[in-house]
Amino acid sequence: MKVVIIKYNAGNVQSVMYALERIGASYELSDDAEVIRSAERIIFPGVGEASTAMKSLRESGLDKIIPKLKQPFLGTCVGMQLLCESSEENNTECLGVFDIPILKFPRVKGFKVPQTGWNNIVSPESEWTNPLCKGLRASEYVYYNHGYYAPLCDYTVAKTDYILEYSAMLQRDNFFAAQFHSEISGDVGEQIFKNFLEI
Amino acid sequence: MLTKRIIPCLDIKDGRTVKGTNFVNLRDAGDPVELGAEYARQGADELVFLDITATVEERKTLLDLVRRVAHTINIPFCVGGGIGSVADVSKLLNAGADKVSINSSAVRNPQLINELALEFGSQCIVVAIDTRYIANENSFQHIVHTHGGRKPTELKTIQWAKEVEDRGAGEILLTSMDTDGTKAGFAIELTAEISDNSNIPIIASGGAGTMEHFYDVFTTGKADAGLAASIFHFKEIGIPELKNYLKNKQIPMRI
Repeated sequence: MKVVIIKYNAGNVQSVMYALERIGASYELSDDAEVIRSAERIIFPGVGEASTAMKSLRESGLDKIIPKLKQPFLGTCVGMQLLCESSEENNTECLGVFDIPILKFPRVKGFKVPQTGWNNIVSPESEWTNPLCKGLRASEYVYYNHGYYAPLCDYTVAKTDYILEYSAMLQRDNFFAAQFHSEISGDVGEQIFKNFLEI
Repeated sequence: MLTKRIIPCLDIKDGRTVKGTNFVNLRDAGDPVELGAEYARQGADELVFLDITATVEERKTLLDLVRRVAHTINIPFCVGGGIGSVADVSKLLNAGADKVSINSSAVRNPQLINELALEFGSQCIVVAIDTRYIANENSFQHIVHTHGGRKPTELKTIQWAKEVEDRGAGEILLTSMDTDGTKAGFAIELTAEISDNSNIPIIASGGAGTMEHFYDVFTTGKADAGLAASIFHFKEIGIPELKNYLKNKQIPMRI
């Protein structure tokens, strides 16, 4: 299985690489269009700020390539947000794979923003139906660190409640996305990576 | 629901885990890689690694340790000690740290917080504040200390906490030198006051001796996370029993 992690100017991917090593997957870190197109699985990680990340993708031309990819694709954290239509973080136009906006958490007393820590994901239906969630219990804890969120929509695969209910995971065709950091979300995060490799 | 976090802290000296009382009298507490892995298995919500020697010769040993720990554990991992520049942070993140904790260098050069937040994002910048209560004829207040709590500064703890948030810190690791190592409980009032005035998470540290102390710091103290070292290293309190105890008392916990 050839897994490629997309390399771009959006923070540290070391934890993603270690997580893949722990589940025995081999990978390549690349920003080369041909290497990415020929991958069997693609992981699009991200930490940091949306407009800087989009600028980096535009400069390398990856903004045109990513939405046309056909193989299973997983965006995490800022990687998920960039797959959406736009982000309220510095009013950034994003890749538009999911035609929903990324919004800023409202200020509500008693809730610190960004959300930092472990919160639970649940299925919007009575049980998990998405292949990415195979083997998960009805409610599982994952690690979050984010100040912006994707609203609930037709693509919602998992939801979380913080200030309001929002999309923890999304899917459209071959594009999967998770707002939390699977790479440091304990056994649950590892299960999600394993599921992604088995899709 | 967002849970409260239980964070074991490994104080590292010469590649080993140590723990003292009031920052002195260090005792050996084992291999950091093994301990880190064990804590992750037991359900720790995060791991903090503080390099308390941090001399130039020992930095390489530290980076190698960070690499081995990060490779082994699957929970967030924060590393601190002797960090003074963007380059230092870059090396630690590339070794596998998810966050870094800065302390004395932030007091010396507050602009460093802004620089690190801009370069790496607030989410990975933890500012550690060591505080001690000082009472004399003219004043009595919490004052920020540096150099492992030995050296007082001019900074008032409550104001400094606000300033580090404004400069872009993502979390505050608040250690009370008055309670650290005493096992008499966290500095509840100070933690509550700082948490009430912050929009970033407060990790309370110093003084944990019983499970009830954690309950107090999460309720009255309004902390977002509780950090401890020796009570976990010397198996006085097990992480699973602590988390079960707190969950039974209606504190949101990841079990």
